[in-house]
Amino acid sequence: MCGIVGLFLKDNALEPELGALLAGMLGTMSDRGPDSAGFAVYGAAAPDAIKLTVRGPGGCDFAAVVRRLEAAGVAVTHVARDTHVVLTVPLRHEATARAEIAAAPELTIVGGGRRMEIFKEVGRPDRVALRFGLDTMAGTHGIGHTRMATESAVTTDGAHPFTTGTDQCLVHNGSLSNHNALRRELIREGLSFQTENDTEVAAGYMTWRMREGDSLEQTLNSSLTALDGFYTFVVGTESGFGVLRDPIACKPAVLAETDRWVAFGTEYRALVDLPGIDGANVWEPVPAKAYLWERH
Amino acid sequence: MRTVDLSQTSLRELNATLHRLRADTNETHWRVLNPRGQHAIAVGVDAPITIEIDGHVGYYCAGMNKAATIVLNGNAGQGVAENMMSGRVHVKGDASQAAGATGCGGLLVVDGNASARCGISMKGIDIVVKGSVGHLSAFMGQAGNLVVLGDAGEALGDSIYEARLFVRGTVASLGADCIEKPLEDHHKADLARLLEAAGLNGTADPGSFRRYGSARKLYHFHIDNVGSY
Repeated sequence: MCGIVGLFLKDNALEPELGALLAGMLGTMSDRGPDSAGFAVYGAAAPDAIKLTVRGPGGCDFAAVVRRLEAAGVAVTHVARDTHVVLTVPLRHEATARAEIAAAPELTIVGGGRRMEIFKEVGRPDRVALRFGLDTMAGTHGIGHTRMATESAVTTDGAHPFTTGTDQCLVHNGSLSNHNALRRELIREGLSFQTENDTEVAAGYMTWRMREGDSLEQTLNSSLTALDGFYTFVVGTESGFGVLRDPIACKPAVLAETDRWVAFGTEYRALVDLPGIDGANVWEPVPAKAYLWERH
Repeated sequence: MRTVDLSQTSLRELNATLHRLRADTNETHWRVLNPRGQHAIAVGVDAPITIEIDGHVGYYCAGMNKAATIVLNGNAGQGVAENMMSGRVHVKGDASQAAGATGCGGLLVVDGNASARCGISMKGIDIVVKGSVGHLSAFMGQAGNLVVLGDAGEALGDSIYEARLFVRGTVASLGADCIEKPLEDHHKADLARLLEAAGLNGTADPGSFRRYGSARKLYHFHIDNVGSY
């Protein structure tokens, strides 16, 4: 099972509503994945700064984390949301900030990017979205996942989206069969992994290809031969949004598009509350074909 | 005509109401509003009634249909008309995977495209797709007819038994034990009957189709293969 949702806005006027729309879609997909949920939202960027989303234990004193960073000379602003905090730091302080966070065993960097913020937790997806206040978030695009765990434990680390590169993340419905071998190859290429999860390897593969200069489209196309197993992927980058299904198309997928947005849902049900859905072009993405939308 | 609005009435209530209808019911025309992609709408209907559903539906719509005419004014999710016994299901939009799967009888018409595994394990159903079908369509098809006016994806008719496949466009590839066969006059007559039933009378020439079916080498025991068992 598992459910995936994605929303890419073409109409800037909808940006304040991105989180609310995505929360509705994610809530509908709770039935498909009640174990955990997560989402990535591409919001506003601060000039010459990076946003680090950091997870702490329940009740974590994030103000103390900020004080520790400031004591280390890092200029930081922060927004705490339940167990996560988004720390915005100047690019020149990024390495120091990452080192300070790494030195605190109770903290984990969930992801980083100029625009990407990423949140995930164990629990029913509608409640997870509520805890993080997804409905209040604004942005240009976002992806989300509801997980029914099959390949690794029900933990926050095993929740999607997975990210292994700046502003890049991936959600996955399916399971991969060659992830252990590919993980070893990617480690040789200098990537590091936090879990034994198959999806993290797919995210790592895509990060590696884009680091080597491939476009998102080239990366998705080469994934078709590099990754063995079954999958529907939705990928987010700073400017774009991509969809890929395996050649056998084991996992369901629906795309819809209007003048104002493009949306992905594992099932059409997830899309029914989007504005203008009745007039949308609705179709099933073809297997083994990369679909991409980029903001310019 | 009775109208059921699924934003007001639960799906379970709709299906239970439809199941209570007897063959001689006077309530022969139904309209369902706001399906909003819900699964299993109008499954297991067993009465000669007409049901129109306005909007896109989720999985297994009109499954196990017997005798009813069910018209979907929208797209259908996976397994539309799955295991249909008789009657008619008409999808005005596209159908997702496994349309008409395991169907034993009746007619399924898809005005748009049907994706992968259309007619998988069909057992006597007739399926007419006005667009194209995806990969592995008619996989292990045992009986019935699959008529495709557009193209067919990879591995058409893989491991097929005795279902008959007619495709007007291109076939990406044939599956194991599926071969092209001559289109005889009696096949053209059958095709004409199916096209007419699908409302295509005179618009598609039966002679423009190619016929595919089983080479019958896979499902018969062959003495040369005895060492494999």
